Amino acid sequence: IKHNKKRQVEILDAKTKDKLCFLDKVEPNATIGEIKSMFHKSHPQWYPARQSIRLDPKGKSLKDEDVLQHLPVGTTATFYFRDLGAQISWVTVFLTEYAGPLLIYLMFYFRVPFIYAPKYDFTTSKHWVVHLACMCHSFHYVKRLLETLFVHRFSHGTMPLRNIFKNCTYYWGFAAWMAYYINHPLYTPPTYGEQQIRLALTVFLFCQIGNFSIHIALRNLRPPGSKTRKIPYPTKNPFTWIFLLVSCPNYTYELGSWLGFTLMTQCLPVAFFTLVGFIQMTVWAKGKHRSYLKEFRDYPTLRSPILPFIL
Amino acid sequence: MSAPAMGTRKTAHTDSSNKKKKGPGTLAIAYLVIYNVVMTAGWLVIAVGLVRAYLARGSYHGLYYSIEKPLKFFQTGALLEILHCAVGIVPSSVVLTGFQVMSRVFLTWAVTHSVREVQSEDSVLLFVVAWTVTEIIRYSFYTFSLLNHLPYLIKWARYTFFVVLYPMGVAGELLTIYAALPYVQKTGLYSITLPNNYNFSFDYHTFLILVMISYIPLFPQLYFHMIRQRKKVLGHVEEYSKVE
Repeated sequence: IKHNKKRQVEILDAKTKDKLCFLDKVEPNATIGEIKSMFHKSHPQWYPARQSIRLDPKGKSLKDEDVLQHLPVGTTATFYFRDLGAQISWVTVFLTEYAGPLLIYLMFYFRVPFIYAPKYDFTTSKHWVVHLACMCHSFHYVKRLLETLFVHRFSHGTMPLRNIFKNCTYYWGFAAWMAYYINHPLYTPPTYGEQQIRLALTVFLFCQIGNFSIHIALRNLRPPGSKTRKIPYPTKNPFTWIFLLVSCPNYTYELGSWLGFTLMTQCLPVAFFTLVGFIQMTVWAKGKHRSYLKEFRDYPTLRSPILPFIL
Repeated sequence: MSAPAMGTRKTAHTDSSNKKKKGPGTLAIAYLVIYNVVMTAGWLVIAVGLVRAYLARGSYHGLYYSIEKPLKFFQTGALLEILHCAVGIVPSSVVLTGFQVMSRVFLTWAVTHSVREVQSEDSVLLFVVAWTVTEIIRYSFYTFSLLNHLPYLIKWARYTFFVVLYPMGVAGELLTIYAALPYVQKTGLYSITLPNNYNFSFDYHTFLILVMISYIPLFPQLYFHMIRQRKKVLGHVEEYSKVE
């Protein structure tokens, strides 16, 4: 009988321990997500995405899926609340940070006024590699936008609002810096000409397909609307066989794409961007690799985080 | 604004003398004591050099030349402090220490050494004096702290002199960079132009202007952090004397 008895929930501020909210007659099978919605009603400024609810003021956040009666609480549950700050959805952030480079690069490509000397306004480069580079760069970001809309399944709905400023500065800033030189009237094409460009394009396309294949494989690991985590394995698609050696081949392929683009344009700012991106992706890959190892006892031991056998 | 690069590293040092569990080993402490003694001595040499040259010449002009070599040597030597943080024998942030030391080294080599024409400017003397007094106090502070015998005078000096020395150093640094600008533009120093094989360009003149602008957000933050540190460190001593 006790199982069906309705519970009471009190929510305290994690820092001040003030009683913020008292909920009466809560179903024992209510989820944290539902409790967050109820809390939101009494405090409209704290929408569920910015609520961090924990059992302990300094403890980890409880998940939205956690069920009240399965938590170590009595008939009256005491939770602590911390405001995560204004939140923005991952989808919004991705779309904004990717749309920027796409448009910014095109502005430089078309030599919109006030960038280069006036006599070059709206002219086009005489080097065919510059046109190719524009197509590759644009394709890359269109692919990213489409993947954000149709492929990726995000674990988290939101991130802190300030991230959008940080991320956009990074992506938009580097895009402008690269595009300035590649589309410059004084641009110098690669030293080894057509051979170099052809090799670079091959690497770039190979890695774009590879990266896409990995995104599809990861999507298929997770049923729609779910947040389950499983070990990814190679599929029939040869581009996914790299999973045998690497935990995060999406990052491996991404690095490859940018190495290809660097080779294609022979532009130092592109090399810098590739290097910075590689450092960041290595940090992420190592983190992901570590959580795979922690979560799965039978995680394949041959795999490295991002570079086979090396890193 | 790297003039008195104090407070941020200071907290770390009191922490290290308060930490009873883990910290640098005896060998590390011995090394650090030697390092800090040598640096104190080095900056004293610079101070003495300045005074002697001033007395000999009777003017402030061109004193830089009399201490150019020890200044370069001991200021560049401070790069070791980044290593100390990286290795862990000094509990400060590598990034913060790196930033502070690199900005000093930048001013010493990439501005004053590289642009001969600014070496006779009075602004150089302004920051050299600020740095010299600051470093003598700072390194002796560290030396005494490591030996667990810190005279209140040194602690007080470290947390008080910056009030004047910091703005003085910043003024000297900014004026020096500003003085260097026309020469950098004229000679294209450290600049790369298009076209070139790596499709890259760098304008040192613009870069220096951006460096000057960066002082605007950075200097107040560092300065007021030091002011807060002062209240914290020197503040509670006054409370004790009130209690008595």
